[in-house]
Amino acid sequence: MSNTNLSRRGFLRTSGAAGLVTAAGGLASPAIASPKPIRIGFVSPQTGPLAIFAESDRYTLETYAKAIGDGLMINGTKHPVEFVVKDSQSSSNRASSAAQELIFDDEVTILTATSTPDTTNPVADQAELNGVPCVTNDTPWQPHFFGRGGNPEKGFQYTYHFFWGLEDVISTFINQWDMLDTNKVVGALWPNDPDGNGWSDPKLGFPPVVTERGYQLVDTGRYQNMSDDFSAQIAAFKDAGVEIVTGVMIPPDFVTFWTQAAQQGFNPKVMQAAKATEFPQAVAPLGDRGDGLSVEVWWSPEHPFSSTFTGQSSADLAADYEAQTGNAWTMPLGFKHSLFEVTLNALQRSEDPTDPDSIAAALAATDVETVVGHINFANGPVPNVAKTPLVGGQWHMEGGKPVLKIVENGDHPEIPLTGEMKPIG
Amino acid sequence: MVWINAVLQGVLLGGLYALFAAGLSLMFGVMRFINMAHGDFIITAAYLLLALVTGFAIHPALAVPLVIVALAAAGYLNQRILLNRVLGKDILPPVLVTFGLSIIIQNALLEVFSADSQKLQAGWLDTASFKLSEDLAIGALPLLMFLAAVAVIAGLQFVFYKTPLGRMLRATSDDPEIVPLMGGSNAHIFAIATALASVVVAIAGIFLAMKTNFDPAAGPARLLFAFEVVIIGGLGSLWGTLIGGIILGVAQTVGAQIDTGSQVLAGHLVFLALLVVRPRGLFPKT
Repeated sequence: MSNTNLSRRGFLRTSGAAGLVTAAGGLASPAIASPKPIRIGFVSPQTGPLAIFAESDRYTLETYAKAIGDGLMINGTKHPVEFVVKDSQSSSNRASSAAQELIFDDEVTILTATSTPDTTNPVADQAELNGVPCVTNDTPWQPHFFGRGGNPEKGFQYTYHFFWGLEDVISTFINQWDMLDTNKVVGALWPNDPDGNGWSDPKLGFPPVVTERGYQLVDTGRYQNMSDDFSAQIAAFKDAGVEIVTGVMIPPDFVTFWTQAAQQGFNPKVMQAAKATEFPQAVAPLGDRGDGLSVEVWWSPEHPFSSTFTGQSSADLAADYEAQTGNAWTMPLGFKHSLFEVTLNALQRSEDPTDPDSIAAALAATDVETVVGHINFANGPVPNVAKTPLVGGQWHMEGGKPVLKIVENGDHPEIPLTGEMKPIG
Repeated sequence: MVWINAVLQGVLLGGLYALFAAGLSLMFGVMRFINMAHGDFIITAAYLLLALVTGFAIHPALAVPLVIVALAAAGYLNQRILLNRVLGKDILPPVLVTFGLSIIIQNALLEVFSADSQKLQAGWLDTASFKLSEDLAIGALPLLMFLAAVAVIAGLQFVFYKTPLGRMLRATSDDPEIVPLMGGSNAHIFAIATALASVVVAIAGIFLAMKTNFDPAAGPARLLFAFEVVIIGGLGSLWGTLIGGIILGVAQTVGAQIDTGSQVLAGHLVFLALLVVRPRGLFPKT
């Protein structure tokens, strides 16, 4: 053997190419005349407990199908573009097999996936394993990068991700506490799940920063999701005189806690429930009890960014979505749009849009203004990751409807404030 | 004081669990029928109430009986048309069929109501409470749920042991092969039992709609606790179901008071311990 470094994948690729050359020889030339269609595989949780993240999928795909029309110009050739969409059913196992189907049965050119580690991690793992370029977003970058065993020295070869990280939500949340006059006693509601464990991590999570910034933390421990009773936490918070409550909770747990807190006479000045209060559909059923809840904001119609692909501003995108679907805008909308912005941008810059390595190289060189902010994978905290801005929001009831106001922009002053942080009650 | 509070809240929580479990206990008791879609039926009732109250702007006082009647009718027809066909010596076919029903219901709800997390606003009832002392307060809604559970169990007990219908139900439960010889129709009696269970399901769904957020996928999570409650109380025993609910509720809240991480675990441990000590539950009837 002269080439001892020949890997299994390399061998398959070389022999596959040889097979193609042989086949092409027999088929003669017309195959070259019509360019190969580009297939974009897309995995998202359309059904199951995470389905609320996928509400804007259909709208986004239709927008792109319309904007692309009969093809995308790449290096002077028009390539037809097809989207192949798979439902992860909110399960990481299903997401993994959906990615495999897209790679082996549909033979997609590039994979995309969004929303929570349960979707983005298995899809990116399959992509990396099988040498298919992949773009993901809407999972904080630590659970995505480290959750897949990423090495900050090396990074990944084919998979790229953009979103904010734990450090951003810590900073944003504590900035919000600073805006109000409180006794600086903070109660924590972190569940026993990947999010809760990350947020409560004694080294990388909230606890060290909370103490450093002069707050006292009351953490009663990791509770189980789908708890029907929070009286132990409420008793502990009342006992310690907690005025600020922060957490990352699933909607039913948050509502159980919030209702029980009122029944037990516990009324904090600040209530932050990431995940549970990110969507207007989840806050509206609370009625007046939703007024003053705060949450991190990753995208809004006020974000001063525009799509490079359709030219729409954030406000245009949200307005068009509301007009087309009748639903209120949600944060994932901007990220779904930006996912394909980054994907199509890389395809257009690639030297050969049918070659995975060429697309991966184009992805690595991404430097584009999207509707969620500037994406450049070279400047990330770790390789293959780009960060998007995070600000603090608060729900204000206006005419009986919850409106998300941006009340804190300490880390990203380019995003305008639209309201003022107020204590609850 | 925190322990008194934990036990008190646990008893109230037990009412909710008993309410979730009573329908299951009834079907289990009469037909040896394990309904895997029980939790999804509860969610369906919650959505139905939500649709009537917010969608069609029907007053809750009218919507609640409508939901109960609708569920009872649906339960009767479901048993008569579908479930009776799979009822037999083998317990596997009903499990498989109701498991399939569970998936169908979840996806149908997703199609109709979308994945949005919903809740029925109960206005002042949501946050009202009775203050017993500085540290003790009883929420009006949890108290109402507990009283509803007691009323439902007492009502079922009455129907079962004091009425001709109850006699037929008990007879069918004891020996389904002899009842037809006496002129009874098993198919009809089973369907009546399911209709009764569905009334309880409707009541559970109505309270769930007010208690917290629910979404189309929220059903199966309710099933596990319901099973535990039925087993703790003993198969076929209605008062046992109430006691089972209270035991599970108190185990959870007291467990949470020791360590919030062990809330759900404490309930499971008590369940396991009871299985070891009394494998047939506390008050087995069969």
